[in-house]
Amino acid sequence: MASRVVMPKLSDTMEEGRILRWLKKEGDPVETGQALAEVETDKATVEMEAYTNGIIRKLVTLEGQFAKIGQLIAIVGTADEDISALLPVDGAAHATAPQHAEPAAPRPVRASAPVPANPTPAAVAAERGRGLKASPLALRMAAEGRVDLNALRGSGPQGRIIKRDIEAALAQAAAPPAARPAIAQRSRSLAMQAARDEAPESQAVELSPVRRTIAKRLVQSKGPVPHFYLTIEVAMDRVWDAYKALRDQKSSISINDIIVKATALALRQHPDINASFAGDHITQYSGVHIGMAVALDDGLITPVLRDADLKPLEEISEEARTLAERARARKLQPNEYTGATFSISNLGMMGIEEFSAIINPPEAAILAVGAIRKVPVVEDGALAIGYRMKATLSVDHRVADGASGARFLQTLQRFLEHPLLMA
Amino acid sequence: MAVMTYRDALNQALREELRRDARVFLMGEEVGVYQGAYKVSKGLLQEFGEKRVIDTPITEEGFAGVGVGAAMMGLRPIIEMMTWNFSLLAMDQIINGAAKMRYMSGGQFTMPIVVRGPGGAAHQLAAQHSQSIESWYAHVPGLKVVAPATAYDAKGLLKSAIRDDDPVIFFEGETLYGSKGEVPDEEYLIPIGVTDIKREGSDVTIVAWSKMVTVALKAADMLAADGISCEVVDPRTLRPLDDAPILNSVRKTNRCVILEEGWPFAGIGAQIAYQIQQQAFGDLDAPVTRVTGADVPMPYAKNLEHMAMPTPSRLVAAVREVLYLD
Repeated sequence: MASRVVMPKLSDTMEEGRILRWLKKEGDPVETGQALAEVETDKATVEMEAYTNGIIRKLVTLEGQFAKIGQLIAIVGTADEDISALLPVDGAAHATAPQHAEPAAPRPVRASAPVPANPTPAAVAAERGRGLKASPLALRMAAEGRVDLNALRGSGPQGRIIKRDIEAALAQAAAPPAARPAIAQRSRSLAMQAARDEAPESQAVELSPVRRTIAKRLVQSKGPVPHFYLTIEVAMDRVWDAYKALRDQKSSISINDIIVKATALALRQHPDINASFAGDHITQYSGVHIGMAVALDDGLITPVLRDADLKPLEEISEEARTLAERARARKLQPNEYTGATFSISNLGMMGIEEFSAIINPPEAAILAVGAIRKVPVVEDGALAIGYRMKATLSVDHRVADGASGARFLQTLQRFLEHPLLMA
Repeated sequence: MAVMTYRDALNQALREELRRDARVFLMGEEVGVYQGAYKVSKGLLQEFGEKRVIDTPITEEGFAGVGVGAAMMGLRPIIEMMTWNFSLLAMDQIINGAAKMRYMSGGQFTMPIVVRGPGGAAHQLAAQHSQSIESWYAHVPGLKVVAPATAYDAKGLLKSAIRDDDPVIFFEGETLYGSKGEVPDEEYLIPIGVTDIKREGSDVTIVAWSKMVTVALKAADMLAADGISCEVVDPRTLRPLDDAPILNSVRKTNRCVILEEGWPFAGIGAQIAYQIQQQAFGDLDAPVTRVTGADVPMPYAKNLEHMAMPTPSRLVAAVREVLYLD
């Protein structure tokens, strides 16, 4: 009995996914739990697992195409059963193009027996298999190495494709194209000239799923969430000294790690900030889970450091680094970027003095951290050099007021100005 | 470690087991006074006497039947067939008696009998006396079938066969009796049903047993001169077949040639090829190939006899074929 494979919900906020790569091809056997495809969701690229055993009979959604949650993307069944009833009548209508097709027009009444628009998988296989001979090992190696057998000439008897043919193809694919760079070099200026001449005045850049999510969610935030902003200046001299001392001891703890720890400890003392607006009530969270904004090439994501108030600095540092690396590699699992109770966005390392961040709902606040600057300060009536940092708290006014936000910032300031209090 | 002939290794095994267990006895044509048609039982009559080393008339069915009855009553007979060709007369006792007794008696009887003797062709013994019929016996549930290739394997496996509570069909080789090999001075046993790698290699798997192992090793030497590395795998026991080492070897080399002295149709090699394609299909880069005896009664003429036998050069050609070399 053939079954439909539909786009699963791979993150809490996902509405559609893009098939980046099918990991199985039509005709391949698949077992429950095996990875079926790489799917790009609004948050990350994840492997989607098969939920049934059988043979992949049809891949409905092509690589690079989007499918909404619940939309048919493939059919799994036995090798020879009739799956025409499960197949879309018009193959093209099923893969949503990125720009979202209009609702389909009413279908005309069929006058005669339906003619499948797409050839059946069996017919495709027969067509592809015509004249193609390969040893079982070669077939397996080709599948594993993604070698297109149709492009090969077999060196075995009757043109049979054998192990050495696949090895040669794999070696060729791996070798750098020796001649090409020189040609490319020579023609680069010409190509650039041509590109300038032909370039239109503007160009449409397709929205990545991450960019779409950012757009949607931040409008959701800035519209309904009444933000207000509080900025405080913190003397970072002691943190700076501590950081330098740690660095001298070959520790990899960063200033940002110390800020995360101080923020988490401050939140522990101010449960009214570690909260969410929930319509008819306010939810105060028992755990302090810090989302830390990580910039990606085409957006940002906030992996979550759970229970940051309870973890030693070493552990925060290690975990933050791992999460950031995984975020940039798009390897985060949904549980690694959901469930934060408060977020920190730090643009200090990019020289930003101060800024205001947009709250990441349903959190009640976000801390925007600026650069540490060497500035002239007055100490004991004399000018001195001090390390100062500005931090701006954006607060959801439905959850907390100016005074409670200010008290939270004072606590944070106290931790950062007296880092031994954190010990 | 002593170097001795395959014949003497068998003789040692018989002697040691006759000494070890008073229930063991040897019976067959010419085993006593004549010291064995191939001298395998040399000296045994002198040491163990007429009650335990028994000369029989030319009555294969009769003395095989006596062996079956003796085994049912708790003795441990070793029945020598002067050659396996003569066992055709005793097949009813072996197949309908020995192989089925434990099953049909609901386990009331065990069947600790060994039937042994030389199988296969020697030199110009013609159609009736040159047969390799191990596949006939391996076909039968209830029998164990052993076919050692070396002096070491022969001794260790014969001792295990004599101690086994089920009927064991033990194929020796007329042209192997004089072959020499190292045999440990201390006692040892080789369990029934364990495949042995006779030579390690990486390019092709050759499966061979009994005297075909010699042919395989000779071919492997010839191929090594061309830079082709052969793995020679000897199952030693044909039933139950220990196929895991064969499959592992094929997974490494991706190709296999099975060498068999007997006829091709329904041979042991057909069964092994089936098991390979069933369990290692995705590892095969070439069809499993067999080199067998010709599908004819063995010719008497020397030149024709040679053409009907598997030879190293025929095996070399088959290996080159599965390597897609010619």
